[in-house]
Amino acid sequence: MTDARPTIAIIDCAHGNLFSIAQACQRVGLEPLVTHDAGAIADAGAVILPGVGAFGTAMEEIRARNLIAPIEKAAASGRPFVGICLGMQLLFEESREFGTHGGLGLLKGDVVRFDETREEGLRSKVPQVGWNRIRPSQGETWTGNLLDGIAPDSYVYFLHSFYVRPSDPQARLALTTYGGESYCSAVQHGNIAAFQFHPERSGPIGLAIFRNLAKLVSA
Amino acid sequence: MTVRLIARLDIKAPNLVKGIQLEGLRVLGKPELFARHYSAEGIDELFYQDAVASLYERNSLLDIIERTSREIFIPLCVGGGLRSVDDIRVALQSGADKVSINTAAINRPEFIAEAANMFGSSTIVVAIEAIRQPDGRHLCFTDCGREFTGRDAITWAKQVAASGAGEILLTSVDRDGTGKGFDLELIAAIAAAVPIPVIAHGGAGTPAHVCEAVTTAGADAVAVASILHYHTIQVTDVGTSSSHAHYGHSARGVQPNSVDSLKQAMAAAHIPVRPAVTDHD
Repeated sequence: MTDARPTIAIIDCAHGNLFSIAQACQRVGLEPLVTHDAGAIADAGAVILPGVGAFGTAMEEIRARNLIAPIEKAAASGRPFVGICLGMQLLFEESREFGTHGGLGLLKGDVVRFDETREEGLRSKVPQVGWNRIRPSQGETWTGNLLDGIAPDSYVYFLHSFYVRPSDPQARLALTTYGGESYCSAVQHGNIAAFQFHPERSGPIGLAIFRNLAKLVSA
Repeated sequence: MTVRLIARLDIKAPNLVKGIQLEGLRVLGKPELFARHYSAEGIDELFYQDAVASLYERNSLLDIIERTSREIFIPLCVGGGLRSVDDIRVALQSGADKVSINTAAINRPEFIAEAANMFGSSTIVVAIEAIRQPDGRHLCFTDCGREFTGRDAITWAKQVAASGAGEILLTSVDRDGTGKGFDLELIAAIAAAVPIPVIAHGGAGTPAHVCEAVTTAGADAVAVASILHYHTIQVTDVGTSSSHAHYGHSARGVQPNSVDSLKQAMAAAHIPVRPAVTDHD
């Protein structure tokens, strides 16, 4: 390879804005490759599982493209593995979006929908669309992980109706409050990190997360 | 959760344009330059509308979307001329995060559910262009307010939400570009009728207008155009010479304001906003 920049595989498994994730990677010096090729995923220095859309449809697509084994291998390899938005939810065991669907099961827990009727008078329209704050989960620190250097209560961009409920409280990296409900907006388990928000659309804060990822990949 | 301030850019490729009541479009400059300026100022989201797409049945913004996405890392919604799931897929692949549909949804309401199932509800915005009638009702139009659809805006909004749309972009066509303030009755009626976010658009002339769309009418987000564009033309060299003439000619009701001054006014009105960005990339 003539280009010495570390490659990052962006798994092409769902309809979504892969272009802006690739642009964010390039901006911080990574060489992004949008792919569903098992060999390319195995060779990459890090892997991103993106995705917008419906959970069930995305899982069907992952199966149809024979991506389950490559994703499991990448997650088990110790290389940085990052889920974004639906890509975060897919890592869990099951979701109740349009029926109950099994997920990848790389992390323990499930995916449920916001309840728009929950609190009278509070802004709780579903989906949540817009900028909201992330804060460290109790007992968690962001030092040394992908949120390193991000100030607690920084604003990032969310676009979702469903959220994850990890079985292991220790996996919760960040929390966010919406409509009076506190939920898990980022997880970390070993080499696997995932964000419910869109770092690629979160302005300078989001690019700082990509920069942390680039450091991790080059390390 | 914060209330979003969205910059709406009506584009007749390759130019940013602005009219009054969606008509009489004048060229203001290059949309990418305005978008860059708003992003640096801390705008929460960009909305690109192909101003002529429905006339030609295609969206001609793909190059502009792609150029914007290479350098701007905030959300981008794109509307105009999107008639099929393939059109949506191409817009998303070019760098849009969300798409807005109007005519195609009116012509074939099942399209909303098809698109939501494939791309996720949160990706699908339905645009409603409403015009207030002498009897006080609001009726839906397409093609920049030219084609009457026979639909009542509130009834249609409920159907849109039930079909799986993620947001409603609600334009008051009779207020667009006038600076006379939003149609608060229309916004309040629809914001109360649907469980999904409603973006108010059409009529912002002052910071107070922006605030009352939220505090009085209950909008979840506010989209503005002239108020920001004319400010940009005044304080930067981004605009074209004809844009100055346009400003003098047609925007008497509009008080030009920056993103920051609008957000400060919102914060002063106790509206939660994302603070302006200081840490530029």
